[in-house]
Amino acid sequence: MRANCWYGKKDVRVEQVPDPKILNRRDAIVKISSTAICGSDLHLYNGFMPTMQKGDIIGHEFMGEIVEVGPDVKNRKVGDRVVVSFPISCGNCFFCEQQMYTLCENSNPNAWMAEKMFGHSPCGIYGYSHLTGGYAGGQAEYARVPFADVGTLKVPEGLSDEQVLFLSDIFPTGYMGAEMCDIKPGDTVAVWGCGPVGQFAMASAYLLGAERVIGIDRFPERLRMAREGAKADTINYMEANVYETLMEMTGGRGPDSCIDAVGMEAHGGHGVVYAYDRAKQAVMGETDRPIALREAIMACRNGGTVSVIGVYGGLIDKFPMGSFMNRSLTMKTGQCHVQRYWGPLLERIERGEIDPSFVITHRMRLDDAPHGFDIFTRKEDDCIKIVMKP
Amino acid sequence: MSTGTQRQGQEPERRDDGSEQTGASPLAGGIRDGLTGPEAPVNGREFGNGRRQGAMRYVDEEQLARGLGWFSLGLGLAEVLAPGAVAKVAGVRGGTGLIRLLGLREIAHGLSIFTQGRRPAGALWARVAGDAIDLACLGAAFASPDASKGRVAFATANVLAVTALDVLCAQQLAGDGNGGAKPERGAIPVNKSIVVNASPEEVYTFWRDFENLPRFMRHLESVSVTGDGRSHWVAKAPAGRTVEWDAEITEDRPNQLIAWRSLEGADVQNSGSVRFEQAAGGRGTVVKVEIDYRPPGGAAGALVARLFGEEPDGQLQTDLRRFKQVLEVGEVVVSDGTLLGEGYNEQRPAQPLGVGL
Repeated sequence: MRANCWYGKKDVRVEQVPDPKILNRRDAIVKISSTAICGSDLHLYNGFMPTMQKGDIIGHEFMGEIVEVGPDVKNRKVGDRVVVSFPISCGNCFFCEQQMYTLCENSNPNAWMAEKMFGHSPCGIYGYSHLTGGYAGGQAEYARVPFADVGTLKVPEGLSDEQVLFLSDIFPTGYMGAEMCDIKPGDTVAVWGCGPVGQFAMASAYLLGAERVIGIDRFPERLRMAREGAKADTINYMEANVYETLMEMTGGRGPDSCIDAVGMEAHGGHGVVYAYDRAKQAVMGETDRPIALREAIMACRNGGTVSVIGVYGGLIDKFPMGSFMNRSLTMKTGQCHVQRYWGPLLERIERGEIDPSFVITHRMRLDDAPHGFDIFTRKEDDCIKIVMKP
Repeated sequence: MSTGTQRQGQEPERRDDGSEQTGASPLAGGIRDGLTGPEAPVNGREFGNGRRQGAMRYVDEEQLARGLGWFSLGLGLAEVLAPGAVAKVAGVRGGTGLIRLLGLREIAHGLSIFTQGRRPAGALWARVAGDAIDLACLGAAFASPDASKGRVAFATANVLAVTALDVLCAQQLAGDGNGGAKPERGAIPVNKSIVVNASPEEVYTFWRDFENLPRFMRHLESVSVTGDGRSHWVAKAPAGRTVEWDAEITEDRPNQLIAWRSLEGADVQNSGSVRFEQAAGGRGTVVKVEIDYRPPGGAAGALVARLFGEEPDGQLQTDLRRFKQVLEVGEVVVSDGTLLGEGYNEQRPAQPLGVGL
């Protein structure tokens, strides 16, 4: 089959590789019909994620048709059309029983690697380094789906791939980011980052009852999508001081909750601060640039919640703990427990409350993945979200 | 014979006998109860200290030996390459030929520390003998009218300090610096635990059938129960070889504890125990494993050390995680990257191999 393989910094290649086979009794093989490039794939592409190996198939947002099932998959059959969750979760362990699927204790065979880096291991993830299991990803014609009975969602007829594909990751991720804010009627929610996850966080904040949602970014096309797609107010941080503008918009109190949908490769902030983080990152003094996170903490109202769904990989510097502690802030974080959210979100799609396809800007063939990564990472051609067909 | 049993006597289990809970505080007046009433918990216990003293001391002397090895190499090279400068620092005049010879000896000591394996006690005792020669030479220099007395005294103080370190390290490596229970020479102790989402009965029953062990212990090829509490173990070794031993169960408390040890004639002497404890809040079972490996000397020992010794803690942790997988999801979970790896931590690219299992 054809698959998009990682070979190094800014080097992905679509190559011929062997077809996947059933390896565990609860596996399924899925023939992929649609697969997307996630913003977090850019962390791999830009060389910020350790434990990648040349030849790794990447991609963790995909869907398709089941063409083979292992002997212990009881609730799925050949021919089912399914979306696959990016977390690989067993469904049986302490954390899966509590629906904390990205903390599954059994799905990461390389947990020892993650323990060295994080203290404890998160779950396995498709195509996202060996630290998260060394599983082949979904930017391919076929994929092996372990624990297919837990990690697939059957899609009803009548919904297109583009309407349901993002249930694999970015829609539930944005939704969880908003849900962690414990939004109350009348709340103002500010979202750093108007990429696809940020768009879904903004849309979800409204679904959960926010009165006002504010999106922060620097790319005009993303800010336009936030205004027109997610119906948010926007701030362009290249043109305005974010803190001062937010204070002006909220009578000096600050947003009730702040969502960091940017993560470890943030830009902006004061030029000197950005240069400082860039330099420290270059010499491995910190792995992540927490510019958006710092700003979110400083701007959040007293007693508010900072919700972090942007991906961080390691260490950050100059975390404003004094502001955080003295103002009774709460921080909630996590890789999205997709399987907890995708059922209810599918119902919202079926009821017409939201059409997630509004974030798609580019459609291409799997063979064009290297071009897709190139324009996505450079934000060229107003690229926000790419969906590929094998 | 069984160091596992001895270590149980001196390490964490000692805290389980309750003796540390009841002792009166040596502080004047003691510490007043903060929580009172019929439901108040008993005093908390201190954790971690025993383990640290035991396990860390074991690591420290090996690190110290390596440090002394590097010291030998550095000093030896200096003595060989710049004997004049060394003589000046030591406050002696002339004798560069002798200093070169001493340097060659230092280099030999350094090399033998690095080539004698994990616990080079012999090489450290050789260093002590070398220190004696150095001290004798410095004593002779002290008597010489040409010597700078202050510098010679300073050099002698330094050599005495290093000699003390050498003696300490050699004693600990040889296992007789422990003032009592002495760990057997060359033993590799490993302790790990994991929580399994199943009852102690289920977990005990699975482990008690030793023939299940190769399903999750990656280095085991087979275990066959031969009856009467005895079993025959075959472990994989590098280059397609195997090592074998017979073992007997030394203690068996249903749903609580299994202990075993290898019998005479084992390729690898070993002993171990596994405890099963109800986790707090009824959240499954805590499985605590202790294993002692005692590889033999010689080439077979090196082979076995490579097999068990590279990262024995990490290897046991990974085995326990696989054990948990077998009990919780019915089999060991594999990914493309971990398929067919020889060692427990080897990786291949995350793409299909093209074969099913």
